[in-house]
Amino acid sequence: MPATKQKKAVRKSNIVKLKFDTSWAYDPAPESKSAATIKERYDLFIDGKWQPSSNKKYFATINPATEGKLSEVAEATEADVDKAVKAARHAYESVWKKMPAKERGKYIFRIARMIQEKARELAIIESLDGGKPIRESRDFDVPTAANHFFYYAGWADKLEYAFPNRTAEPLGVAGQIIPWNFPLLMAAWKIAPAIATGNTVVLKPAETTPLTALKLAEIIEESDLPPGVVNIITGAGATGAAIVNHPDINKIAFTGSTDVGKIIQRAIAGTDKKATLELGGKAANIIFEDAPLDQAVEGVIIGIYFNQGHVCCAGSRLYVQESVAKQVIRKLKDRIESLIVGDPMDKNTDIGAINSKQQLETIHKYLKIGKQEGAEMYQSSCLLPGKGFWCRPTLFTNVAQSNRIAQEEIFGPVLSVLTFRTDDEVIEKANNSPYGLSAGVWTDKGSKIFNMTKRMRAGVVWANTFNKFDPTSPFGGYKESGFGREGGLHGLLPYLALKA
Amino acid sequence: MANAASLNLLPDFSLSPRIDQVGAEERASRFTKRSIKKESKMNGLKLVLNMIDLTTLEGKDTDGKVKQLCYKAMHPHDAVPDLPTVAAICVYPSMVKVAKKALGDSGIKVASVATAFPSGQAPRDVKIRDTKYAVNEGADEVDMVISRGKFHAGEYNFVFDEIAAVKEACGDARLKVILETGELGTFDKVRRASDIAMYAGADFIKTSTGKIQPAATMPVTLVMLEAIRDFYYKTGKMIGMKPAGGISKSKLALHYLVMVKETLGEDWLNNEWFRFGASSLANDVLMQIVKEKTGVYQSANYFSVD
Repeated sequence: MPATKQKKAVRKSNIVKLKFDTSWAYDPAPESKSAATIKERYDLFIDGKWQPSSNKKYFATINPATEGKLSEVAEATEADVDKAVKAARHAYESVWKKMPAKERGKYIFRIARMIQEKARELAIIESLDGGKPIRESRDFDVPTAANHFFYYAGWADKLEYAFPNRTAEPLGVAGQIIPWNFPLLMAAWKIAPAIATGNTVVLKPAETTPLTALKLAEIIEESDLPPGVVNIITGAGATGAAIVNHPDINKIAFTGSTDVGKIIQRAIAGTDKKATLELGGKAANIIFEDAPLDQAVEGVIIGIYFNQGHVCCAGSRLYVQESVAKQVIRKLKDRIESLIVGDPMDKNTDIGAINSKQQLETIHKYLKIGKQEGAEMYQSSCLLPGKGFWCRPTLFTNVAQSNRIAQEEIFGPVLSVLTFRTDDEVIEKANNSPYGLSAGVWTDKGSKIFNMTKRMRAGVVWANTFNKFDPTSPFGGYKESGFGREGGLHGLLPYLALKA
Repeated sequence: MANAASLNLLPDFSLSPRIDQVGAEERASRFTKRSIKKESKMNGLKLVLNMIDLTTLEGKDTDGKVKQLCYKAMHPHDAVPDLPTVAAICVYPSMVKVAKKALGDSGIKVASVATAFPSGQAPRDVKIRDTKYAVNEGADEVDMVISRGKFHAGEYNFVFDEIAAVKEACGDARLKVILETGELGTFDKVRRASDIAMYAGADFIKTSTGKIQPAATMPVTLVMLEAIRDFYYKTGKMIGMKPAGGISKSKLALHYLVMVKETLGEDWLNNEWFRFGASSLANDVLMQIVKEKTGVYQSANYFSVD
């Protein structure tokens, strides 16, 4: 090779930098909004009919990427909740409880297939209403939601095999309150096992993301499911409280913040309502020095930046063994430079809009706290759109176990990087959290995986992967991350009473 | 031979980073989700065309065949003005002189396979003479094969020394080291062979001869690109990448470009540092370019088969 070329190619290793702002760039590739129909106004879906709320009030739901109004939805009052619960009770006693399980299953299979048929429309609405990239709603949220219905449809007439020598009976009416991070998927997680086991449902989606749940209500209406088996009502905290406090509800299923989870627990104390709570998390993702580092880095990226970090099981605490810490941090910094932040409807977008202004403020608060605590903040250099709610993918290095950014759930695209030396040390630190929803371990050594997963106090522990979901696999937390399991055979149990 | 300074940096190749197959395949599949439309598609297609090592490696190659291929390299499709040429012509050593003469001062490089291609089952002095012959005939680039048998037997020093010796025999010619990943079996071994080749002096690492299946795949190329990235981090030296064999469609080639763009970035997005070893890819790229320009696909009969 000629000397001149050699000179050009060799750079001092401490200044080498990969440049991801390339001359060959992707043109915008937006998914068409016209493939989805969003009504101007949505009423409450009670007893198989669309009904206005008793106070005739509606509130707007906006697109967090543009701040433009998408639609308005009815605000359910206590009277509406009561109406929905009565409809659910009536459907339970008169139809659903008595129906042969095989017939119940057929309805659920039908709903699953209809979700698949309307997959594109559902994905578009999910991204418009919630801000998540269309790639994720198309490839993850919607197909996984359909899979949950398929999976639990299969269980409907096989409960005696799930619980041999026991008689499994439904509980009655389930009140279900779901969050804004996976609106359709959480509705599927809640509704599918509940109705497969013979219960009826009153479900409330989050106030910032009601549209796909309402679209699901349209699907349910079209599926000819008997009226009242699934009621979907919209509203904010007061509506949720009315569901929790309604005396004729047998079971509360809630996914959301730990604070609200505690309020629910207090509210139902002394009643015979059963509950499952899936709450916050601050998952430890642990990279050992023998790990396949490039794949581990990719797993960390997926762990924290998937869905803008609005994931209760997000791997928000990275523990990396000190001998490879420098290397891993360098790779992480390069990797976040190649993440595409912007229009959720663009098929190439990796990170979309933050779900709401309120959540963006929370994230900003923690960025400030992190800096004040002395951690070093690194953000990708991407440009952000002018309107809407956005946050660059962020990582903090030089983080201490005692820092708030290492202890509290931020629920945004913010990673805290901590280092460790030994296995025992990292187990102690990883478990040193009020939460215990999920964790990740990255190592090439099989025995280490089993040692770690056994000692980790978390409901889900992923090994050499992260954020993998399957309807057959149970999901749920330890400690303040909640109790009860969703998914898998375990997910049937919270909706059943077992008799000897 | 590697100089003393770089020898001090030599890692223990048996400790080359491990690769998780599932993770590597998953990451590679993510690149295929990128939507490449409009201007970016056109620019990408031209870039791909400009990165092709137009290849003929057959026992029945003749002067006539090679000359025709060279003309194609310089004039991919004259019906479309302002098309870039391909990067290089890749031939056996016996055809280097013909190719060199046919290409003249077009700027298109002549790459020659050498070192008892494709099996590499020959003594070192034969390989060195093969290399020197190609270079003396005028080859700008030499595509060597590693001794896969020795590699599998764990004789990494043998493989390393052989690459270093061939590099020395190359003189000013750039050396591409073919790992023949289809014979290596695991991503761990692909990574290890990549490290050996780069530390021994490779200017490029290349997946395959095209004679063994599977040839280039996206995951295997990703593993090699990541090896290049780690080498760059460590030494500051850029190494080129050439997937070869099995890439015959534009869409797949654009996925490879996406992978290069998002793994190594701007500096590698040119034919100095990235090549496609392919024979039938060029025509598919041309067909797509014409389709982008005219809005309709033309019959394959409008594109010359060389």
